[in-house]
Amino acid sequence: MNRTSCDLAVVGAGPAGMAAASEASALGLRAVVLDEKPGPGGQIYHAITAPRTAARDAVLGPDYLGGLPLVDAFTSSGADYRSGATVWQISEDGVSYAGADGGGDIAASRVLVATGAMERPYPLPGWTLPGVMTAGAAQLLLKGSGLLADDAVFVGTGPLLYLVATQYVNAGARIEAIIDTANPAAKWAALPHLPMALRQSGYIAKGLRMLARIRRSGTKVIHGARDIALEGEDRVAAVTWQQGASGQRQRLACRHVFLHQGVVPNPNMTMAARAAHRWDEAQACWVVDRDTHGRTSLPWLLAAGDGAGIGGAKVAELSGRLAALAAAHDLGRLDAAAFAARSAPLIRRVGAEMAPRPFLDRLYRPADGTLAPQDEATILCRCEEVRRGAVADAVAEGCPGPNQLKSFTRAGMGPCQGRMCGHSIGAVISELSGRSAAEVGYFRLRMPVKPVTLGDIGGMTHAQKEET
Amino acid sequence: MFRRFDEAAGPIVEIVVDDRRIEARLGENLAAALLAAEIEPFRTTPVSGAARMPYCMMGVCFDCLAIVDGVPNRQTCLETVRAGMVVERQNGARAPGPQNGGE
Repeated sequence: MNRTSCDLAVVGAGPAGMAAASEASALGLRAVVLDEKPGPGGQIYHAITAPRTAARDAVLGPDYLGGLPLVDAFTSSGADYRSGATVWQISEDGVSYAGADGGGDIAASRVLVATGAMERPYPLPGWTLPGVMTAGAAQLLLKGSGLLADDAVFVGTGPLLYLVATQYVNAGARIEAIIDTANPAAKWAALPHLPMALRQSGYIAKGLRMLARIRRSGTKVIHGARDIALEGEDRVAAVTWQQGASGQRQRLACRHVFLHQGVVPNPNMTMAARAAHRWDEAQACWVVDRDTHGRTSLPWLLAAGDGAGIGGAKVAELSGRLAALAAAHDLGRLDAAAFAARSAPLIRRVGAEMAPRPFLDRLYRPADGTLAPQDEATILCRCEEVRRGAVADAVAEGCPGPNQLKSFTRAGMGPCQGRMCGHSIGAVISELSGRSAAEVGYFRLRMPVKPVTLGDIGGMTHAQKEET
Repeated sequence: MFRRFDEAAGPIVEIVVDDRRIEARLGENLAAALLAAEIEPFRTTPVSGAARMPYCMMGVCFDCLAIVDGVPNRQTCLETVRAGMVVERQNGARAPGPQNGGE
């Protein structure tokens, strides 16, 4: 079992974690970075240090390769980086992890959670069928292994849906159709925020170029689809939907469906640590309460990157640096003047990078029926296979919230620990009970935040386990 | 079905999936290797026996679970291919007591 101590333990080696570790090391802090993946980069720069081809680089584009300087700075920063490490507990004492090296405990004065975002689960009839995965999952397969599926149907909305579709087009994959679920009214709600978004002009121009590329490819883009369902027995066989208010039910045969409804912070670790969280109505998700530097309500805990509020890779990197400055300052390693001087330009850049966010949040806000599915048979909790109808029955019987729902239905009690159902169950209870999402609340989460074996908790190495 | 649109440099190794030998790229993501080899489904659920395959590919959905080198409930999307790796599909609920090949 490994035991060590450090000033700053960073959970996650995506843009926020890498930047924080580099900054902290430059400030003379001893930083340990733990990440589940075999290499650094997080989801956005997934497999960036693995063998690549020129063809794949061309498909993924300059934004993906733009992560290389950050990765290089991180790997040469002197931070103690442990890959393949699953952190299962964080506390004021530090972090505990399981991993190929036997895992262990790392004592830390400060813990920075930089666990990133996840795609908002998109519950619709048939979404648990083999062949159905998220658009982000399809992109990770492309980044890491150069894998593509022809004739897939993309369903949902959000920048990532169109980015992955563009990368598929560039890689020569045939897309069956893109079913864009964006609420047409969202365009009007977003419009007042366009001028501010244009201040960060590159972002919007990039989006328009992607849409033009997809249009030129001849890919069918379907708008106005409602009540989307996925059909199939052992594997998805078709997407069906209602076209327009009175139109006939449409059907498209396919073997692959890629879903996407934007991204939300993965709140499990900061919630299990009992940091204060708040409901963010604009992004329709729970986020950890934090100051500009990522300090949470707990003195030992900082949060940065998309896991602490969606801002994208650039903001994640900047927020990681700010968190490192806060850790250094709060541990007495950076005086107040230097802290203020170094923070100011980073805070200004965060403001500039966040300019398109109100526009994007409104343009790509999931439709209400997406947040809270209406179909009784739709599975909300994938692990325990709890359907919307069972949640509705429990609410009718007086179940007041997500935590009580566990006793009624087991929803949220499977291995994913509510990651897949937490937001949709909150939305369904909110809708049925007429209370706000903030009032309904979220699951009360606990350590260990990932399932681990007793051997992992006991800190036995693999070799020791073999002997027992 | 997934196809490889390019081939990054690196050794090709053999792994075993339920007594079937498949080719995989050393160091690549295990779930990706299983998808490329058309392993389907990855598992069936403990509750209803429904077939499941990877949904998120990033460690949050737990639908890609398998028994890897004797250890059950491993997230194959977070595992890396090693030569000679033995993967068994886990179907239905885990039996109580000593697991197939586990400690």
